[in-house]
Amino acid sequence: MPTAIAADSVGLVSPRVAQFTAPLELACGRTLTDYQLIYETYGTLNPERSNAVLICHALSGHHHAAGYHSLDERKPGWWDSCIGPGKPIDTSRFFVVSLNNLGGCNGSTGPNTVDPATGKPYGADFPMVTVEDWVNSQARLADRLGIEQWAAVIGGSLGGMQALHWSIGYPERIRHCLAIASAPRLSAQNIAFNEVARQAILSDTDYPEGIPKRGLMLARMVGHITYLSDDAMGTKFGRDLKNDKLNYDFNSVEFQVESYLRYQGEEFSGRFDANTYLLMTKALDYFELGDLAKASADFCLMSFTTDWRFSPARSREIVQALVAARKNVSYVEIDAPQGHDAFLLPIPRYLQALHNYLKRIEV
Amino acid sequence: MRADLDIIQEWIRPGSRVLDLGCGNGDLLEWLREHKQVSGYGLEIDPDNIARCIERGVNVIEQDLDKGLGNFASDSFDVVIMTQALQAVHYPDQLLKEMLRVGRECIITFPNFGHWRCRWYLASKGRMPVSEFLPYTWYSTPNIHFCTFEDFENLCRELHIEVKKRLAVDHKHRHGPASRLWPNMFGEIGIYRIAGAAKQR
Repeated sequence: MPTAIAADSVGLVSPRVAQFTAPLELACGRTLTDYQLIYETYGTLNPERSNAVLICHALSGHHHAAGYHSLDERKPGWWDSCIGPGKPIDTSRFFVVSLNNLGGCNGSTGPNTVDPATGKPYGADFPMVTVEDWVNSQARLADRLGIEQWAAVIGGSLGGMQALHWSIGYPERIRHCLAIASAPRLSAQNIAFNEVARQAILSDTDYPEGIPKRGLMLARMVGHITYLSDDAMGTKFGRDLKNDKLNYDFNSVEFQVESYLRYQGEEFSGRFDANTYLLMTKALDYFELGDLAKASADFCLMSFTTDWRFSPARSREIVQALVAARKNVSYVEIDAPQGHDAFLLPIPRYLQALHNYLKRIEV
Repeated sequence: MRADLDIIQEWIRPGSRVLDLGCGNGDLLEWLREHKQVSGYGLEIDPDNIARCIERGVNVIEQDLDKGLGNFASDSFDVVIMTQALQAVHYPDQLLKEMLRVGRECIITFPNFGHWRCRWYLASKGRMPVSEFLPYTWYSTPNIHFCTFEDFENLCRELHIEVKKRLAVDHKHRHGPASRLWPNMFGEIGIYRIAGAAKQR
């Protein structure tokens, strides 16, 4: 619980829900006849409606990006370090919108929602959703909120892919695109890790009828390894043992890193939905950055030196494509030891670069 | 704006597409954008300079010149500029070739190690020159490839690079009769406009 809410926090926030009844055609060929999106907003939309910023979340993210739902909440929203009055995404200037994507498990229509066709939760039958589908649904949310054009669309990792697709899918509706620690498409290695995660869930005997806690835990453990750098893990855990001796068995938790991964996996499996995890990994696998020649936004790309999930080379591929398409682009490669996770952390140079870029956006 | 940049901007046609290697805080690119409708990118590695470029809306790409320009297509820029960086890169000859591959022509500035003060310092003291203009000691300097105007022009000949224009100036970027007559003796900074042999127009 925060003892007192900091002056640069957006403070107490409540999510809202937007219901949509116009059918949404999905890339997979199926249609969501009606659906809802849960979202939060921070700051105020100006009379010209020119100061709106969309935050797109990554694999396990959601709409709660900043502030607190209640004073009892242990931690603020997932990107609280960047969103707030005076912070890089400055809510005293911008009207910030953050939503939970379709297929999610935090309040937007997803596998846990009741399928109107059957009267039962979709579960494993929820249609496959892609980055393009998400952007289409986000555009409808923008319509609902009276936002014709975003001052900026910002996202890290899978969120960066959504920001990038906005610039191609709706070029006239986005002025600035900020994609952080992202990639133009997954590599074979990226897909391979996702496939291991999926198989962990799919091969759990509790799937699809029950709750595949073990499978989801394993999936998260594998994923988590790819979020950290070798250095970060080494610094955090090294070869430290939990108890000072080896047990010569398979069952006990011996190394600290094992304990950490199990804890992360267990915690995650208690709060996340296995079907959502499957859907998110597929959305990642399917993503292919389109033709940037269509874009008219200005771009800002950032990467982190020790990120090996979406390494700086992947961001440079996007930069190269943008230069070839003669688009305005700036690219910052931030020296950070934390690996892919760095995009969620308050790294001074990263926050400064975000701040500098956003500060010059006219609203 | 820095005096050398002021000279360089005169050599750039309005509406050009420019790549500025080691663009610093973005002074030149911003000026060119505001006054000559020039578009383009700066490459830079210093975090503070990059931050400043971003702040003023100058396209800046964090990139180490020693890793080459492989990410830029051939002939994709009208002009490639590099001010005061030639002497600090690992492979000046390779980079020159790369610059001429990427741009139709290049503008380069670098300090002249053949200037009489350098010669005098070395001859009289027998030590590597240290001055207000080149303040580094030999063992701790970014400038690892000093050359004279003669050296540079020799390299240009070897690489079949055409020197289209040359201006020898002092460290305040003034050019007088002495540096015009004996550039390699009295010029402190060389400002060169060059083009590849195949692209001479």
